[in-house]
Amino acid sequence: MADAKTIEAHGDDSTRRDFIFIAAGSVAAVGVGATVWPFIDQMNPAADTRALSTTEVDLSAVELGQQIKVMWQGKPVFVRHRTGEEISAAQRDDFANLKDPQSDADRLLQEDGQPGRPEWMILQASCTHLGCVPTFVDGSQYGGWFCPCHGSDYDTSGRIRRGPAPRNLDVAPYLFTGPTAIRIG
Amino acid sequence: MSGPSTYEPKSGFTRWLDKRLPIIRLGYDSFVAYPTPRNLNYWWTFGAMLSMCLVVQIVTGVVLAMHYVPHIDMAFASVQRLERDVPYGWLIQNIHAVGASMFFLAVYIHMFRGLYYGSYKAPRELLWILGCVIYVLMVATGFLGYTLPWGQMSFWGATVITNLLGALPIVGESIKNWLSGGFSIDQPTINRFFSLHYLLPFVIAGVVALHVWALHEAGQGNPTGVDVRKASDIPAGEPGDTVPFTPHATMKDLFAAVLFVILFATFVFFMPDALGHADNFIPANPLQTPPEIVPEWYLLPFYAILRAIDFNIGPIDSKLGGVLAMFAAIGVLFVLPWLDTSRIRSMRYRPIARQFFLIFVVVCVILGWCGGQNPGKILVPATFSATLEWVEGGTVTQSPVRAEGEAQWAQAAADAQASQSGAAMTAVTRTSATEGTLRAINGGAVQTRTVTGGTVDELEAAVTEAKAAVGQAAPFFNVTRNTPFTFTVTTLSQIATFYYFFFFLVLLPLLGLRETPGRVPDTIAKPVTKQAQGAA
Repeated sequence: MADAKTIEAHGDDSTRRDFIFIAAGSVAAVGVGATVWPFIDQMNPAADTRALSTTEVDLSAVELGQQIKVMWQGKPVFVRHRTGEEISAAQRDDFANLKDPQSDADRLLQEDGQPGRPEWMILQASCTHLGCVPTFVDGSQYGGWFCPCHGSDYDTSGRIRRGPAPRNLDVAPYLFTGPTAIRIG
Repeated sequence: MSGPSTYEPKSGFTRWLDKRLPIIRLGYDSFVAYPTPRNLNYWWTFGAMLSMCLVVQIVTGVVLAMHYVPHIDMAFASVQRLERDVPYGWLIQNIHAVGASMFFLAVYIHMFRGLYYGSYKAPRELLWILGCVIYVLMVATGFLGYTLPWGQMSFWGATVITNLLGALPIVGESIKNWLSGGFSIDQPTINRFFSLHYLLPFVIAGVVALHVWALHEAGQGNPTGVDVRKASDIPAGEPGDTVPFTPHATMKDLFAAVLFVILFATFVFFMPDALGHADNFIPANPLQTPPEIVPEWYLLPFYAILRAIDFNIGPIDSKLGGVLAMFAAIGVLFVLPWLDTSRIRSMRYRPIARQFFLIFVVVCVILGWCGGQNPGKILVPATFSATLEWVEGGTVTQSPVRAEGEAQWAQAAADAQASQSGAAMTAVTRTSATEGTLRAINGGAVQTRTVTGGTVDELEAAVTEAKAAVGQAAPFFNVTRNTPFTFTVTTLSQIATFYYFFFFLVLLPLLGLRETPGRVPDTIAKPVTKQAQGAA
């Protein structure tokens, strides 16, 4: 009797063994995964970093034709008070030969989809090529921004016109919170 | 390879120790009795120098970490304090900074040695791959370390490199944020980069141990690429193909290391900052990009490959293409043992492959040069020209142009221009998706002028100047630009990048099958010593 039982437990009953083996292995794999994950996830942006995700800007101090750089999420953002000529140049070129076609009105849209105001252009100040900060007007043939690193040239709407950058300057998500105040992010 | 151990403990203590932890035996077998081929040349001494470099970097690095502050507001100042106020800080900081360059100089010579003498071929494939792993770790460590002084080049170098990872589809942005710990290079980044920069050298040390282990298992190669004979195959009374590591290799390595240290010291004491970039003496400023961003010299060839891909390849855009090409340039080294089909190890006996190898070395240097240049720089003078056409006098008529839809615009504009067949000049200005204005000039005299320039910018300046000179006399201009083919730094990088991959992926696999090897000299192929001839 005892012998027969031993044979049964260790011999032919392989499916039960396999099941226990696979089950134990699976639990171990889940355990390893659950242990490793905190050590990977700790490198993601922390709560305080994420909390700095919005920036309020008072526009009343920005003169016509002036541009300020504000920090949003540790990155610079251009807030440009465009002149009439700059606005008309941007609108005129809506149908020019663009690498990344987009109309000026589309680029002014606020975060909630409301139309923006043509005199206020809010753009992320990093070249879509490799992330340098383009300079304001200086060097640009289109009166917009020029990236000194690899020569990408953007127009007054921040659209890429010449150079290696693949896309237009990214629009920063913003919202008018008052007649002369915006919130970025 | 090393055969049975010949170590004999001499004293009571070493006998006691040998029974419990045979560590002296390990050292003796590995670095004293270890048989080393007697025909090694000086290219074989760089392994020892690299070990020295690693020790120097770890020792100086540990000391620097006692004074360095990984904080965005204090890092730059703490490095300056090290240079100016900490006793001998200037020396230790300079050794560490110059040491990185020396480390890479030695590793490149070591790698080219391996390429030339076929050190990656059986039975040393794993040895080579472990070496590639060490190299990748070195690149990572070098990059992390360069970020720490928190100068302009540190900051923007880190920005550009992390943005490269952002080029990966879908996961790129998450990986980028995960790596930098925020949405830009900031405090979390410098903190973790410091931690990892401290960690990686010890990982390198671990892989170096494996590298040396693999080396001692397979045995050193030698300039002829012919295996050394086993001790048992050597006739009695003949000296054999190998000599003990100590004193032969030890002394030779030491002598070479002394020469290397002289070069090292020249940089440390006389031009410590010659290999760095001046912009790194400006504190990091996230609001201002330096005029040019270049990595340290030892990464320039890969930077050139990255920028050589300035065109889209099918669904892969130029940015991702560049990133992939750069990683592939290092990745291809890992599979090299299986790309080279030739059974001959040493290029001494591969007359054709040898020529291509020499070109390869030159190409790597060219890539390094290209990486440090402005990619748009024109190398062969070219003439850009533009022809301006305008009408003086005549009457201008304006009429609206309408298209039925956006898609029909081009056709509508062409039709409108064709309808004015009598006009001297016509132009259509688009004002919205489906509307525009046609302007035509009837009568008047058609004038043309051709302007030239050496670059696009010069040409545009000349065009603007010409327009201003004509001024109000012309209602509008038609400008035809003629852009010639220009040979720029990018073009040169593209040619060099092509050769880099061509060498590994096409030349080495094909040559191994087609090439007739050179003749091995009698001194190697046949026994020449007196005893051997007598035995034969």
